[in-house]
Amino acid sequence: MTVAAFQDTAIMALSWLFICSGSVLVVIAAIGLVRMPDLFTRMHAAGMIDTLAAALLIVGMMLQAGWGLVSLKLLILLALFFITSPTATHAVARAALSAGVEPLMDDGHDVAADVLGDGRNRSAIEGMQAQAIDQARRPKGRWG
Amino acid sequence: MFVVAAIAILIALALAVARVLLGPTVFDRVLAANTVGTLAILLLSVVGFLTGRPEFLDIGITYGLLNLIGTLAVLKFFRYGDLSQSGEEETSS
Repeated sequence: MTVAAFQDTAIMALSWLFICSGSVLVVIAAIGLVRMPDLFTRMHAAGMIDTLAAALLIVGMMLQAGWGLVSLKLLILLALFFITSPTATHAVARAALSAGVEPLMDDGHDVAADVLGDGRNRSAIEGMQAQAIDQARRPKGRWG
Repeated sequence: MFVVAAIAILIALALAVARVLLGPTVFDRVLAANTVGTLAILLLSVVGFLTGRPEFLDIGITYGLLNLIGTLAVLKFFRYGDLSQSGEEETSS
């Protein structure tokens, strides 16, 4: 087997590996989209399809296509996914929070008040307590 | 092998459509519709490779651009009930 033939075989094998794992991941994430308990966990599953599964499938197809215009188009598609799908997911999450959809939390923490910053549903003392707990719980400076 | 990928994407599409139909809130439906768009783009590219016509990728790119705009437009419509608002008087900052 010559070096060039070996290289071709290796690239093909790698490409099929990417495409197969991408296919498996697409199905798993779609099952998650149906089975997860609330909107925000479903968002996690949808983000899986938008980034990892799409990236695996597209990289697999790029390896199949080789250098050229087709690969460039696939790369543009991948860049588009990586910019637009987090934007869309973020917009959905924010719209849902401000419309009053509550995430499932096992300790009753008010996520909407944290993210939207309006401290609703809290009396003054409760607010101060919650703030102290939040500051103790979080890594410093990460949330502004 | 592209057939396998196409079948997997079709199964995922069916599940995403099921979530669109089931979704208790409108945001579930919007999220699942966005996923349907993404999967449609992936299916377009895979079918393009399957039939040896990679020109389908151009349609995929266009559809990807429209997908984001559509999602944001639907969200804005359900927020304000109208697409002509400027959105500057947003109260939740």
